[in-house]
Amino acid sequence: MVDPVRLLAVSRKEVLQLRRDARSLILAFLLPVLLLVMFGYAITWDVNDIPLAVVDQDASARSRELVDAFRASGYFDLVARPARASEVEGLMDRGRVRLALVIPPHFAADLGAGRPAPLQVLVDGGDANTATIALGYAQGAVRSFSARAQLRAVPLRPAVEARSRVWFNEQLTSRNMIVPGLVAVIMMIIAAMLTSLTIAREWERGTMEQLAATPVHPLEVVLGKLLPYLGIGLADVVVTSLLGVVLFGVPFRGSPALLMVLATLFLLGALGLGIFISAVARSQLLATQMSMIATFLPGFLLSGFMFSIDVMPVPLRVITYVVPARYFLVVTRGIFLKGVGLEVLRVQGLMMIAFAAAGLFLATRVFHKEIR
Amino acid sequence: MSAAPGLRRAADRRADWGASLERIREMVRKELRQIFRDPRLARVVLVAPIFQLLAFGYAVSTDIRDTPTFVVDHDHTRASRDLVAAFVAPGYFKVSGRSERSADLVDVLNHGRAVVGLEIPVGFERDLRRGSGARVQVLLDGTNSNTALVAQGYAERIVAAFGAAAAPAGAAGAAAGVDLRERAWFNPALASRNYNVPAVVGSLVLLVCLLLTSLAVVREREIGTLEQLQVSPLRAWELVAGKTIPFALIGLADMFTVTGMAVLWFRIPLVGSLPLLLLATVLFLLSGLGLGLLVSTFSMTQQEAFLSTFLVMMPTMLLSGFMFPVSSMPKLFQWITLLNPLRHYLKIVRSVFLKGSGLDALWPEYAGLLALGSAVLVIAAVRFRRSA
Repeated sequence: MVDPVRLLAVSRKEVLQLRRDARSLILAFLLPVLLLVMFGYAITWDVNDIPLAVVDQDASARSRELVDAFRASGYFDLVARPARASEVEGLMDRGRVRLALVIPPHFAADLGAGRPAPLQVLVDGGDANTATIALGYAQGAVRSFSARAQLRAVPLRPAVEARSRVWFNEQLTSRNMIVPGLVAVIMMIIAAMLTSLTIAREWERGTMEQLAATPVHPLEVVLGKLLPYLGIGLADVVVTSLLGVVLFGVPFRGSPALLMVLATLFLLGALGLGIFISAVARSQLLATQMSMIATFLPGFLLSGFMFSIDVMPVPLRVITYVVPARYFLVVTRGIFLKGVGLEVLRVQGLMMIAFAAAGLFLATRVFHKEIR
Repeated sequence: MSAAPGLRRAADRRADWGASLERIREMVRKELRQIFRDPRLARVVLVAPIFQLLAFGYAVSTDIRDTPTFVVDHDHTRASRDLVAAFVAPGYFKVSGRSERSADLVDVLNHGRAVVGLEIPVGFERDLRRGSGARVQVLLDGTNSNTALVAQGYAERIVAAFGAAAAPAGAAGAAAGVDLRERAWFNPALASRNYNVPAVVGSLVLLVCLLLTSLAVVREREIGTLEQLQVSPLRAWELVAGKTIPFALIGLADMFTVTGMAVLWFRIPLVGSLPLLLLATVLFLLSGLGLGLLVSTFSMTQQEAFLSTFLVMMPTMLLSGFMFPVSSMPKLFQWITLLNPLRHYLKIVRSVFLKGSGLDALWPEYAGLLALGSAVLVIAAVRFRRSA
């Protein structure tokens, strides 16, 4: 059914066309690098240098100790020491501080007498994510202070102590979470973006009829058009992974060969999906919009790349099961951080095969119909 | 008599203006017809806002809920069962499996079937009763560093509270300590939805302006109809206006859709004034359309325009504070964000929505939008004229 000569001829034509459009080719490599650099250097969920205001109405040795505990945690940057608590509101309104600590009078006296010592923490809740994390750090600082205070008062260990240990990403750096995820998301975007225009372009320029008049089989056209982009996609995988490991020190604990095999399957599916969109849309403008909605948005938002799927409401969680990037993300994170192989990634591997088959099937079928 | 030439010039100018507006109106009409000739495009333009709103309203959150937790209880006592019950009670964790063997925990974390593991050692109840300091182990899958960080905080707090409540009477001193009272301003429930949903308008307007404008212009160039437009009586600036106004209208429609959905569906209070939002959107449109036009002058094909749009859009989105706070970026990038119109726009949208701020607090952002918008638009128009 598939004649390798004809298939390669279609590929060659596509490569020639790609080469003529060198700027697109450059952009296809520039985009992943740019994303990686952005995520690697500029963007982080790790919250540091939270601007802090302290209202110390106690002005005792103990209250100063508490403030020191905040500073020693390394997460806070003491920028203001207003005398009255009412001044905090103005500071927060203007965005000068994000967290305020109000130490009431008699704080040291209460602590010394063994009474619960009240302490107020005010946080700018505008950005809920940062606020949650900042509050967590504040609690940590207070915990470490009160543990020390208790030790001095009654030499006693806490009744239950939780020893926590983090696996796979011991320092909890968001970079280690982002880079492997980015490999998956970039694949999805680049693949669909590159192919979603190929067929629509032929329709717009009127060369589709010429292609249809030649004896090539639809599967040959689809595969022939896919091959060059598969090459670009795989090169992108290598470049992104290498940059992540070399530049950002992200661990790579699994097998590179397995990553490449699964990436190839995933790319075939994504490229097929792009061709399908392209053939359905017939106009490049529509194709770009459709591929954004079909690949970019779910890839970014519903794959678990940045936002955990567990928290989503049930209808959205159901949708994530048909987002292929979701499975590939488990693959990249598993291979990069956990170092697991097929024994763990069996289901994901099968999903990749299914996605590749579905992508190619859809592309070939719609193509078949269009030509007739 | 002597006043007549002056009058005529004024009348000419008026007629000139009238004709100019007429030409722009015709051009806008032609553009709108062309955009919506394909009803599928209209549908897609409508679906995008709804998709983003749903995702940011429901899916995007860094708080945790029902985190799958695997329990390995070696103790099998009342106390250990109570601890597990206390662990799941607040709703942050949900027991997804239990086992007797520690090895199962490793396996489950490897497969990603649980994110948190709670291991209770033999003798837990005995140590607790004796007051000799009981210990439990909490294991976290750090692949998602956010979830792990938040989960770790909750787990430690729950265990500490459990210990304080379960400690024998003799050790009552442990219960007294610092009593932390937290209060979040502007967004008391710390719902990320209130923060994220209003901001969707920024990403939508940017997307519509950039992608649609650049592709629409490049398509005319590809097909060759741009030349026809050039020989028509349209002046260059009229051509630019006619090309961009339709997308500005779509952008404004997006703003009303998002604001309406945010208030009516998501019940996010709009504390500030709608006219202020509208003004900010109009100013932001200048930058968005300018950037779209600028991309179109650099691109020969639609594919190139599509890719370039992404190249411009991604940094604009990522360095805007849309999803990642500007304050945690390195200083250099924080300065760069000052050149990002989306950053100023989002600051306005969020402040107006959540804090009800007025012009007195937000005038620097408005000024920034105006300055950036006019600069980009002028550069784009000059380049457009030269390339056209």
